[in-house]
Amino acid sequence: MPHWLQLMLDSLPTLLWAGIRFTIPLTLLSFALGLTLGLVTAVARLFGPAPISALARFYVWIIRGTPLLVQLFVIFYGLPSIGVLLDAFPAALIGFTLNVGAYTSEIIRAAITSVPKGQWEAAYSTGMNWQQAMRRTILPQAARVSVPPLSNTFISLVKDTSLAAAITVPELFQAAQRIVATTYEPLILYIQAALMYLVLSSVLSALQSRLEVRFSRYGGQMESSR
Amino acid sequence: MIELRNIEKRFGEAIILKDVSLTFPEGSVTALVGPSGGGKSTLLRCINLLEQPTSGCVRVGSDTVEFHPGRKARWQDIQKIRRQTGMVFQNFQLFPHRTAIENVMEGLLVVQRWTKEKAAARAMELLQKVGMAHKADAWPANLSGGQQQRIAIARALAPSPQVLLCDEPTSALDPELAAEVVDVLGQLAREGTTMVMATHDLRLASQVSNQVVFLEAGKVVETGEPETIFRSPRNERTRQFVSSISAAQAL
Repeated sequence: MPHWLQLMLDSLPTLLWAGIRFTIPLTLLSFALGLTLGLVTAVARLFGPAPISALARFYVWIIRGTPLLVQLFVIFYGLPSIGVLLDAFPAALIGFTLNVGAYTSEIIRAAITSVPKGQWEAAYSTGMNWQQAMRRTILPQAARVSVPPLSNTFISLVKDTSLAAAITVPELFQAAQRIVATTYEPLILYIQAALMYLVLSSVLSALQSRLEVRFSRYGGQMESSR
Repeated sequence: MIELRNIEKRFGEAIILKDVSLTFPEGSVTALVGPSGGGKSTLLRCINLLEQPTSGCVRVGSDTVEFHPGRKARWQDIQKIRRQTGMVFQNFQLFPHRTAIENVMEGLLVVQRWTKEKAAARAMELLQKVGMAHKADAWPANLSGGQQQRIAIARALAPSPQVLLCDEPTSALDPELAAEVVDVLGQLAREGTTMVMATHDLRLASQVSNQVVFLEAGKVVETGEPETIFRSPRNERTRQFVSSISAAQAL
């Protein structure tokens, strides 16, 4: 067996475990929480009273305008100096959630706006109130158009979790770094880490396709009923 | 009975409706006709308050809402009026993510809180009435415009509203498909459904309605039976308008 293959096989359990223990939970949790935050932010921005809407815009502006790595450093290394001490994992979770929330809020906002105004009117005409119209009529249609861009965010997130290594979360990439520190084989180990991210994002892409098929079961384009 | 009293609608400086007072007795079918921009659609939408009048009074059945400039009507009052009206749109506006029968059931399930079985039975009955029972499980995107509009009519009728409002119900359809819709609306009229429709379609107005209101520049110019308005209008402006559209439709 060639040396590189032996090395990869030897490191596989460690890397896998780091992925299962940290990368995947961090991704799933921060995406779920971030999506919820994104929905709240989008609705606040579109329908909230002026101060709430401004607050939502301010949040998106800050998060999108500053580097994710810097945000993570502020949360993990910066906040302790004002007495907020967080463990690495929760710090990363907060950082990624805020990040996902800002980006997805823009996607959801655009998707909600893309539903024709006539759909609101049709919902109101059947006697629905705002919440019912939103939940039963607008969001299901917005969900359909937001699947591709949301999947993009999700896939970016999987890869971005490697930044958590910089704030001491022992996730996949950090596990690779540690093995490199003892084996001095950076090329092999980092390629292996890259391949593992590639597998993860490929699985997600496949899920995205399935979701898109499911959402397009009602056929045609949204425009057909405009 | 539906009653509009002293309805005025402004958008900023523009006055869309000026002091319009009309009553629509139970079982009557009223066609609102007139040139584009004359206020037909706005007036129709004032009945179910998709458009809220700047001032005036809207009564549907036993519920009345009064409007005063600069004051918002209560959401619950608006809701009460809306729940007694059904609306059909020019572009159908079926819910594209629901099948034909689900579209008809939607209001019954969400607003009236009927059980699924009861709502499905009612929806099927209505789809039969509009001749769409065989397409109950079809998605709107796979249906013709005329079929979509007939389902939209069934959806609007589902909660047994006091009045069916139709905003240009045939304008997005070619003449053949429009005919299916006119047939369905005519049948409903014969059964005594109270209807108010804004339309350019003289065939629809003359075949289905028993009262015609001619609106121009936000004002009621002339009201009468279809015979009178279309054959011998008293007002010069009405005569001009009727002759121009009948000439166009005779081509």
